[in-house]
Amino acid sequence: MQRLLIVLLACCLTVTARAGVDIQHWKTTNGMRVHFVASPALPILDVQIDFAAGSMFDPPGKSGVAALTRGVLDLGAGELDENALADRLADLGAVLAGGADTDRASLSLRTLSTPDKRGPALDLLKKILASPRFDAAIFTRERARTLAELKEAMTRPDALAARAFWSALYPDHPYGQQATPDSLAAITLADVKAFHVRHYGAGGATLTLVGPLGRDEAVELAERLAASLPATVPPVLPAQPQQGSRTLLSLRHPAAQAHLHLGLPAVERGHPDYFPLLVGNYTLGGGGFVSRLMQEIREKRGFAYDVYSHLSPLRQAGPFQISLQTQRTQAFEALKVVRSVLDGFLREGPSEAELVAAKAHLVGAFPLRLDSNQKLLEQAATINFYGLPPDYLETYRQQLTAVTADQVKQAFVRRIRPEALVTVMVAAE
Amino acid sequence: MLKRLLFPIALALSTQVLANPFEATLGNGLRVIVKEDNRAPTVVHMVWYRVGSVDEVDGRSGLAHMLEHMMFKGTPGVGPGQFNQRVAAAGGRDNAFTNRDYTAYFQQVPKEQLAEMMQLEADRMRHLSVDPKEFAPELKVVMEERRLRTDDDPQAKLFEQMNAVAWQTHPYRRPVIGWMDDLENMTAADAKAWYDQWYVPNNAYLVVVGDVEHDAVFRLAEKHYGPLARRELPARRDIVEPQQQGVRRLVVKAPAELPLLAMGYKAPVLRDVERDHDPYALEMLGAILDGYDAARFGKRLVREQQVAVQASAGYEATGRGPGMFHLIGSPAPGKSVADLENAFRAEIARVVTEGVSETEMTRARAQILASQIYKLDSMFGQAMEIGSIEAAGLSWRDTDRIVARVQRVTAVDVQAVAKKIFRDDTLTVGVLEPQPLDNPLRRPSAPTRH
Repeated sequence: MQRLLIVLLACCLTVTARAGVDIQHWKTTNGMRVHFVASPALPILDVQIDFAAGSMFDPPGKSGVAALTRGVLDLGAGELDENALADRLADLGAVLAGGADTDRASLSLRTLSTPDKRGPALDLLKKILASPRFDAAIFTRERARTLAELKEAMTRPDALAARAFWSALYPDHPYGQQATPDSLAAITLADVKAFHVRHYGAGGATLTLVGPLGRDEAVELAERLAASLPATVPPVLPAQPQQGSRTLLSLRHPAAQAHLHLGLPAVERGHPDYFPLLVGNYTLGGGGFVSRLMQEIREKRGFAYDVYSHLSPLRQAGPFQISLQTQRTQAFEALKVVRSVLDGFLREGPSEAELVAAKAHLVGAFPLRLDSNQKLLEQAATINFYGLPPDYLETYRQQLTAVTADQVKQAFVRRIRPEALVTVMVAAE
Repeated sequence: MLKRLLFPIALALSTQVLANPFEATLGNGLRVIVKEDNRAPTVVHMVWYRVGSVDEVDGRSGLAHMLEHMMFKGTPGVGPGQFNQRVAAAGGRDNAFTNRDYTAYFQQVPKEQLAEMMQLEADRMRHLSVDPKEFAPELKVVMEERRLRTDDDPQAKLFEQMNAVAWQTHPYRRPVIGWMDDLENMTAADAKAWYDQWYVPNNAYLVVVGDVEHDAVFRLAEKHYGPLARRELPARRDIVEPQQQGVRRLVVKAPAELPLLAMGYKAPVLRDVERDHDPYALEMLGAILDGYDAARFGKRLVREQQVAVQASAGYEATGRGPGMFHLIGSPAPGKSVADLENAFRAEIARVVTEGVSETEMTRARAQILASQIYKLDSMFGQAMEIGSIEAAGLSWRDTDRIVARVQRVTAVDVQAVAKKIFRDDTLTVGVLEPQPLDNPLRRPSAPTRH
């Protein structure tokens, strides 16, 4: 590959050049928020349910519960054991997917939309929502597999760097808590079941549908799915994370390349600073080869295969980060270049030409973010889960276009404070 | 089963989808393949060159891939870095990829920008500069890419070594990224010679998928690519790997926690869509062993016996060179690599002696049919499918026929092909032997704060 695919900006949406994407929205009778995008061209139905059940809700000392709960959730339901359930789905050609991140746990189903396929496939999904089995033997096996994979990850420089980075960014917030061999060993089946009861109800959950359905069909389908979930109260969020003080951590490792991350907690979903940060980040390091970081680190010096800056807005302030990998002996030299590019950008902001180019790209590339059902599902589900306005897609282009150079500069000065910047290096010499 | 599934789906798809794709050939030999998909106002534009690492020679590994990098370094008309700038300004994304059989370049853009993309690609098809001043830093970038993707990735390292052992004379033994020593000795002149030899319209084809009209695309292609002159290509010889006679084993040591076992059996690939049988049966076998979580490997090795943390089967039915059927897995804690190898062998023996069930066959067919529909959701995926099958020397026209033939494979065929290919004489076994990080000088330490 000439380069890694540009890291997708997690929430980069604008309005279509054409008609726009019409997200229909309503609530089920038990209060679950539904987003529906009618997509008549292909006989495919996508369904996604997102629960407020990410790792930020892991109980103290039991990091890993959220991921393990989601992992075991679809391994058997009702009278079907894990193999029978998987066999039924495979017989229908249906695909179940999903996972857990810091904020949410997702369960998604892709099925053929013809009634003989979608009916039975949705029944299986309902069964998983209503009566997951949480068999003890399966829990024990999956915990052992998770532990083995964690131990493996903890030998890899990229995983070690990412873990150290999140810990350093969020020392006093759940975003910084990660599973360890000890925390995994402490988790019991009772913990998983309790987490499920608390976090897998209708409260705080959202349902997103994309496919060739009429509105009435979608409403009925949503009712049937929601009815399999108990009413719950959405979980309480912890206090907002705070930025800390400037830190540099260095971990030893025998790798050929050093892994570098620089960053801090920056912005949450729906905050007005997000748009100026997004536009500015394109110039700094989000825009691939046209970004300043790529020019200085890769194009001029050949220091790295990939270097980027990225914003991950989350329920609470998610990270801004700059990342690269470089031969271990030149790590500190590369770090110096990164800091000088960042300092320069914080001092000057984007030039007028850079601002125009950033907006032209972000607005122009909009249709590429919505040109498949899969992409529509991801975007609509994110808008839904984070409670962004359902017309987010319609207003997005105006939001982007309205950003000024001064707003970019001010947002960066406010949010990306060098005195709070955390630097993590693994395998640097 | 087959009828029930196909009938409503065929009705649901528009006739336009079924008429697709369309193909034309320009006077200079450049083939243009267009698939119309008007669900969104975007288009994928790809240029595939029939040249990959398989065409390299000893001492020059990595050249196909290095040239791919240089393709972004400018022509007399479009300066270094400007290619990316113009694609970005057009609201597009672009990238490229090199594999054993091909090198390909693509842009995803709003449909109005297709003409400009063609202008840019046509320009660098014949007018690349290959400036030594641009070459030097880019070579360093490629070395960083090698460190990232191979040297520091134990699994990638294992597969690099496996290929070098399994293939002795066939060029598939060389890594696409290139050996580090070859990279260190590569020059701009090497890259230029490679470009001059292989980058001609008669060694390329375009794949365009999106909200376009095929005749308009053919006209645009004629305008931008038509003026480029064709040139004779050097003769290429298909190298035949000597018959392997006896199992080959290798070990790779790397910092890791979990061992990894990879067993590769030499296997046929598809050459003649009508006459060949085995590749279709191998596709079905792959689906039965590892098509979903509760397929044989997942159900028996991971869930029941708990001998593996993960276990998978891999087979690619198409390619310019020879093929391989892989069994790959990591033993569960408390189990050894030998335990896992025995478990894999027991599963193979079960297929050979007992065959596979009708239930499994029906299930695999249903999954393959559904995936044929799901793949229509991604324009990029559709373009990749067309490009890949053409790169293997087959035609996009064969795709439906291949799917139909896979559907007609019987349980008897699957058992017969297993009996035929799972022989120790053509087996290569690679093992990743984890090394502790406990050397005091090299161990990951508690963080030190500066």
